[in-house]
Amino acid sequence: MESILRDIVQRYIKESGSVVSILQDTQDRFGYIPHEAISYFSNELNIPESRFFGVATFYSQFYLKPRGKNIITACCGTACHVRGVDKTVSAVKRALELRPDEDTTDDNQFTLEKVACLGFCSIAPVVLVNGEVFGKAAAEKIVRKINSIRKSEDEE
Amino acid sequence: MKNSIVIRVCMGPAGIAAGGRAVLDEFRKTLTDKKIPAEISNRCTHHQVGCMGLCARDVLVDVIIKGHKTSYEFVKPDMVRKIVDQHIIGGEPVKQWLADGHMHKFLEKQVKVVLSDCGVIDPEDIEAYISRGGYSSCEKIFGNFSPEELIHEIKLSGLRGRGGAGFPTGLKWELARKSEGNTKYIICNADEGDPGAFMDRAVIEGNPHSVIEGMITGAYATGAQKGYVYIRAEYPLAVERIKQAITQAREKNYLGKNIFGSSFNFDIEIKLGAGAFVCGEETALIASIEGQRGMPRAKPPFPVHKGLWGKPTVINNAETLANIPHIIRNGAAWFSGLGTEDSKGTKVFALTGKIKNSGLIEVPMGITLREIIHDIGGGLEPGKHLKAVQTGGPSGGCIPAEMLDIKVDYESLAKAGCIVGSGGMIVLDNDDCMVNIAKYFLNFTQSESCGKCVPCRIGTKRMLEMLERITNGLGQPGDIEKLEQLSADIKSGSLCGLGQTAPNPVLSTIKYFRDEYEAHIFDKKCPAGVCNSLLTFTIIEDRCKGCQACAKACPSKAITGEKKKPHAIDQSLCIKCGACFEVCKFRSVEKA
Ligand SMILES: Cc1cc2nc3c(=O)[nH]c(=O)nc-3n(C[C@H](O)[C@H](O)[C@H](O)COP(=O)(O)O)c2cc1C
Ligand code: FES
Repeated sequence: MESILRDIVQRYIKESGSVVSILQDTQDRFGYIPHEAISYFSNELNIPESRFFGVATFYSQFYLKPRGKNIITACCGTACHVRGVDKTVSAVKRALELRPDEDTTDDNQFTLEKVACLGFCSIAPVVLVNGEVFGKAAAEKIVRKINSIRKSEDEE
Repeated sequence: MKNSIVIRVCMGPAGIAAGGRAVLDEFRKTLTDKKIPAEISNRCTHHQVGCMGLCARDVLVDVIIKGHKTSYEFVKPDMVRKIVDQHIIGGEPVKQWLADGHMHKFLEKQVKVVLSDCGVIDPEDIEAYISRGGYSSCEKIFGNFSPEELIHEIKLSGLRGRGGAGFPTGLKWELARKSEGNTKYIICNADEGDPGAFMDRAVIEGNPHSVIEGMITGAYATGAQKGYVYIRAEYPLAVERIKQAITQAREKNYLGKNIFGSSFNFDIEIKLGAGAFVCGEETALIASIEGQRGMPRAKPPFPVHKGLWGKPTVINNAETLANIPHIIRNGAAWFSGLGTEDSKGTKVFALTGKIKNSGLIEVPMGITLREIIHDIGGGLEPGKHLKAVQTGGPSGGCIPAEMLDIKVDYESLAKAGCIVGSGGMIVLDNDDCMVNIAKYFLNFTQSESCGKCVPCRIGTKRMLEMLERITNGLGQPGDIEKLEQLSADIKSGSLCGLGQTAPNPVLSTIKYFRDEYEAHIFDKKCPAGVCNSLLTFTIIEDRCKGCQACAKACPSKAITGEKKKPHAIDQSLCIKCGACFEVCKFRSVEKA
């Protein structure tokens, strides 16, 4: 881990205002931002940890906890809203057995995230499963996909 | 090139989602197939293009033979063989798959300036852009125009910012030009925060070089040596395309030192937005590039005087910048000939919601909403009635169906309590509840409020709570007046544009659909049948086939009945989730 972090620091050491970029690179590498990474950057760059946490918690893109192996992205933009994405979301939540305030399953297999307009409004509502686009999001299709991912995980 | 055959496959966001890549691959495979006469396959070029506009009918494919264009819709890979055999080899278009009727109506009233090359050229090829006149405006300005003359030209054109506020672009450039200092910056705002719109994404994916050309022009006019493109990380393809375009422009020495043979230096860097709506606001965007929490600050000082790292900074929206090369190429008079007295040129809209031809459109300012909805958009689905059109997203408002003849320009929309905004245009029909729509936007702004100022942070929260009460059947007399009062306070007391405009969706729905609010509050009814808490679900006995689908779907076990016999809902157990209504194939669940 340390060599990766060192690389990231090297890339930005000369740039001021690089906190956001450093965190973006870190998340690219680890899928989330580990606390150790922040401590390391803070020491190396002489920037208080609070700056990093402040930035990380401000932007919705940053995660301080690991996310699920599979990412389900529901578009909650306006077009998708009026086309009833809420119903799809509740169906997905039911299939994943997520409690209302949860977004990652207990086994860390799935994370459900919400974003605004993805640009596919003409086939709204839209849900992505690991980047694959499901338009006119028929809940059954997505639930089937989730189940097939589950099954192939089990077989491994 | 003249005799050649060109095949264009739409790979805009919706094109890719509908399987554009597979279609393009199939064309590639089929055309290299041995059985195709070499004389034809050699003449044939095929490439990807950005959004062609009519997203609802994707995958769209253009086949151009000797300059004659034929468009196909809903193309699937297994249709490619027939198109190649019958049309490209045989010269006989495959009639049943043609999009021409729809395409023609869709395009007839549009005027494409910003989108003129979008959906036509390969966005990943700088030569394709150059062959359509790209970068000629830069060739023209370096050597022929002084920065002041250039600014004068942009002022004459009447171009106003497309990012939402509509500030005159020439004036903004002039302020930055006159601002003291040797170091200046220009920023392209491609954060596109409106949650129901994708214009900037389509422009950058479909023609990234036009934005770069606009930035170079702006840099020369203002004296900026460095530019930033601030773009949403949620748009990976757009990020990829603009990156690639910058690299290609550097290779041509359009960016870097002594560009276009002048003594001027200019380069562009990309900064990724990290998912915060407020970062579309200028001062918050600057804070974000500086690596801080993206919180806005009070203005003045304005960014043109004190911006990025405290230096004079011009911020322009991506679509604004994409207009610039066209103005330089064709002249200010040509541009100001489009549009109305105070709103010049064209505007790109993402036309979505309950409309047949949803997609990306570009229209002259001053076109009526009726023309957009009925001619370009092809109207609503049969049996549905237009209720309202929402523009400007979370900062905007809605225009009721009765006002369909309103002109779409800055002044007319402002008069109606609405805004042109960045370009989201969402069509709502009789199935949409206006209180719910207002709640949707307020939920968005409330969660995106950065929390720096009290009126916005707490005011939007209180408004949202009130709207939630109303849609849950707990509204009280006086709520509407309270909402109006609180709206006025938030608008006048907030620090930045987010708070100052956040109440707009509520105010405009109250203005035009007060009766819907009243129905929720006094009658405890949702006329559109959207707010579940206000509905009663019942099973119509003589339609029920007893398939038991609803009983299985019901999470609270409120539905009982024997197989093949009519079922019934126990109202005391019903939690009004609507699951039974969703699953019933015989439409025997009624909500009212
Ligand atoms: C909350 C908020 C969000 C904004 N989001 C955007 C945006 O996503 N894109 C944009 O171009 N302008 C956005 N703006 C407007 C910008 O602050 C700014 O006016 C614009 O980028 C200036 O460019 P223009 O003059 O070319 O329109 C936003 C403003 C506010 C207050
Ligand atoms: S609103 Fe969901 S893709 Fe645009």
